[in-house]
Amino acid sequence: MTATIARPARPNFARRTWMRVRLLKESPIGMVGAFLVAFWVLVAVFAPWIAPHDPNESNMDALIDPTPTAVNWLGTDNQGRDILSRIVWGSRTVLAVAPLAVLIAYTLGCLLGLIAGYYRGWIDQVINRISDIILSFPAIILYIIVIMRLGPSAMNVIMAVVFIATPQIVRIVRGMTLELREQDYVSAAKMRGETAFYIMLTEILPNARGPLIVDACLRMGYTTITIGVLGFLGLGLPPPDPDWGGMVKDTYAMMTIYPHMSLFPAIAISSLVVGFSLLADGIREISLRD
Amino acid sequence: MTGSAARTVPGTPPGLKLVKPKPILELRNVGISYMVRAGELKVVPNVSLTLHEGEALGLVGESGCGKSTLAYAIMRYLGGSGRLSGGQILFEGRDMGKMSDAELRSIRGSRMAMVYQDPMSSLNPTISIGRQLMEVPIVHSGATEAEARARALTMLAEVKLPDPETLFDRYPHQLSGGQQQRVVIAMALMAEPSLLVMDEPTTGLDVTVEAAVLDLVATLRRKHNTAIVFISHNLGTVVRICDRIGVMYAGELVEEGPITEVFRDPSHPYTRGLLNAIPSLNADKRNSPLTAIPGQVPPILARPKGCVFAPRCIYVEPGRCTARPIETQFYGETGLHRVKCVRTRELPRHARPTAANANQAPQAEETGRPMLQIGGLEKAYHQSAGMFGGGGYEVHAVDGIDLEAGRGTTLAIVGESGCGKSTFAKVLTGIEQSTGGTVQLGGTEIGKTPVEARDAGTKRAIQMVFQNPDSTLNPSHSIGYVLSRAIRKLRGISARAARDETEALLKTVNLPTEFANRKPRQLSGGQKQRVAIARALAGEPELILADEPVSALDVSVQAAIINLLVDIQQKRGSTMLFISHDLSVVRYLADHVAVMYLGKVMEFGKVRDVFAPPYHPYTEALMSAVPIADPDVKRERIILEGAIPSPTERPKGCPFATRCHRKIGPICDEQVPPEQRTEGGHRIACHIPLEELKAVERFAF
Repeated sequence: MTATIARPARPNFARRTWMRVRLLKESPIGMVGAFLVAFWVLVAVFAPWIAPHDPNESNMDALIDPTPTAVNWLGTDNQGRDILSRIVWGSRTVLAVAPLAVLIAYTLGCLLGLIAGYYRGWIDQVINRISDIILSFPAIILYIIVIMRLGPSAMNVIMAVVFIATPQIVRIVRGMTLELREQDYVSAAKMRGETAFYIMLTEILPNARGPLIVDACLRMGYTTITIGVLGFLGLGLPPPDPDWGGMVKDTYAMMTIYPHMSLFPAIAISSLVVGFSLLADGIREISLRD
Repeated sequence: MTGSAARTVPGTPPGLKLVKPKPILELRNVGISYMVRAGELKVVPNVSLTLHEGEALGLVGESGCGKSTLAYAIMRYLGGSGRLSGGQILFEGRDMGKMSDAELRSIRGSRMAMVYQDPMSSLNPTISIGRQLMEVPIVHSGATEAEARARALTMLAEVKLPDPETLFDRYPHQLSGGQQQRVVIAMALMAEPSLLVMDEPTTGLDVTVEAAVLDLVATLRRKHNTAIVFISHNLGTVVRICDRIGVMYAGELVEEGPITEVFRDPSHPYTRGLLNAIPSLNADKRNSPLTAIPGQVPPILARPKGCVFAPRCIYVEPGRCTARPIETQFYGETGLHRVKCVRTRELPRHARPTAANANQAPQAEETGRPMLQIGGLEKAYHQSAGMFGGGGYEVHAVDGIDLEAGRGTTLAIVGESGCGKSTFAKVLTGIEQSTGGTVQLGGTEIGKTPVEARDAGTKRAIQMVFQNPDSTLNPSHSIGYVLSRAIRKLRGISARAARDETEALLKTVNLPTEFANRKPRQLSGGQKQRVAIARALAGEPELILADEPVSALDVSVQAAIINLLVDIQQKRGSTMLFISHDLSVVRYLADHVAVMYLGKVMEFGKVRDVFAPPYHPYTEALMSAVPIADPDVKRERIILEGAIPSPTERPKGCPFATRCHRKIGPICDEQVPPEQRTEGGHRIACHIPLEELKAVERFAF
């Protein structure tokens, strides 16, 4: 009776995560999405090595003929700057701002959504009414107000995105919490004297993760669009740092003569957005199976 | 023998018929598979059976044995991934496999119909009931609006729904579960089908409602001469409806025959196992443990080569049983009883408990010091009248109950859904607070203390086992985490010590210690319930609340869990509050029983006293409604009309007066009944004198 049975080693976190990522193979669509996203992530990480030129360096000679050449593969823009290099460096902006904004929005959204759904009562009313007010404004007008007020900078773009996205996340998390709080395992946790904080974070939140991961993925796509739109409206990053939306804005007037100037950054934006939404589709497809 | 297909009286065992009735449904070596990622799953390898006009065949077996798959195959309704991999299904002599979609459509709903478990999902919530019924004749026989309406109204009356004219314009959500199921049955019978397939039609209903629905099905079947395939996990309901029974195990029909023959002389070890797992008429926890079937149904890809039941069979003979697939052979004198077992003729005859020695009701254990004392407990919810909260009224879910449970005993609470039994449990757990009266646990008042405010000792003293195995464990947590967290939290010991305790707990509930690493989704329902019991035991509680802990499980598993509860209670001497609607389990397990109705206790006493006259009329109705898995037990059934009144329209006098079959007059409606007591502490709240109630016939249980 004294012999204890050896427990099989539980795979460590990294391994379990890798096993989950490999599941994506089951969904071809998800694989395409993952490939697109991974491509841009690699581009952003290795930008200094990939970019053939300094993104802000103007080559006045190129202004004579800004179309693609052997030196400037994707051509140059209206100020003679290499478009490929600007796209490569620009990916850093998008891929730093979007995940950071989504992460902050999720932290706040989950917390407020859990509190609203778990406690209900007056605190739920307060959180909900504030969310309603924010949600009742057209998002784009809110962005303009926020950025105009605070001035264009990466930090302010993140704040604006968090401000708009958080109420939407609160809605989702609150709805799921309302359902999950009625599960018997939550009652069991209460009966053994767990704190509300423990119940929310350990008993409820992990079971909401499936839909939240999908939503986070989609939201990264939306945020990419938003950053593009803000850049296009001149509310993105202050010049001269490369910014995909800003690149389109600077050159769209020349669309008829030199379409490549605005077309390439536009393609960059949409390929990343499409990548995120295909990835979300793939994750959803896999989670619906078995 | 073929001759004219004369109609005989349906319901008589087919063996006694002089003229063979015509077969409605023939399954010839039917195989059904599902295509999944892993390949082809042969869910049902080979089943043959014949169903004649007006006959009712019950299909029983544990979940995952292919009962429902077979039913869907009969309807040719297997969905995208399912297909008929072999054999033929003949319906009224025509091969269903060769029919086009259009032909199938014209048959479904007119010649054959199906009734599902959940009536709400069979009815369209946006269309009135009358319109939904009218669609059947309009679509299938091109009836005019007026004809269809007349037909729908007759049918509603036929399924004994009160006031068909009013009901006609109602929507499904305005009906009770029992009424909805009647509407579904009415719809299924609209076109007078010759075959009705019913998949667990009464599983979600209360016993009293179930009894009424079953009676209705039996009557309508005789009237319309409809053949029925009746799927159920409850052997008792099958006995009520069917004249033949088929036992399915792991996709095979292991035994099939006339119901009386199969029950008197079950010849397949699996059938015997199912019958033994039900608490029998004379057993109680002190004289005999229930016999569970060990192990579980094998997954489809891991089915054994020989007899599918061999790994769980106590009579298995290696070699003979395990070498090759088993042939079906005939058994008994009538030639109608088939069984798939090579050892049938060698097995000892099945010893069946008879009603004769069943009159010895169990003796309750002497009550020790009271552990739980409840005095005049009330729980009212405030229902606000409008959007802005003003006004409103109180709804009493629990309305003044007095109960007590002695240390180390089991108090069972029975009653239909909506009687307040779960609210009562929630007050004990502290998840809800009482609004009046007292709840004392070992002398400490706990009724008004929410769980967050209870001291560590009280939290530790009360633990609960929940009903639904799927929501009782957090899907994100491993079993080991669930148990060690409970141990650490309740006993305040270190993580290291909790780890050893976790293994000890798993052993207590007879689970292997490797289960600590598993996630709930890797466990079966019974295993999850074992973990839930282990979790409740983590703090060594003095009071275990068990809210229908076995009602979601298969009978074979049910027996094992009940044994475990009895065993634990005897070893640890904890008090148990057992909430259940299953009276046979209650009779087996309880020392004291309280019968609740509309938030009040109608009858309370030792189990021996409650299960014998005098009965409260409500207890009597409940007992008469319980389907007994024994074709030889005949009992008078009391069908309760209507549903439990809503707690907002509580009757002024006796709460049961609106449905009581023994109502004596206006006094029942106007005055609260007195609590009549006998010497043994047996209490009945009724206006009828005890002497009169004593004269009622005793139910065999």
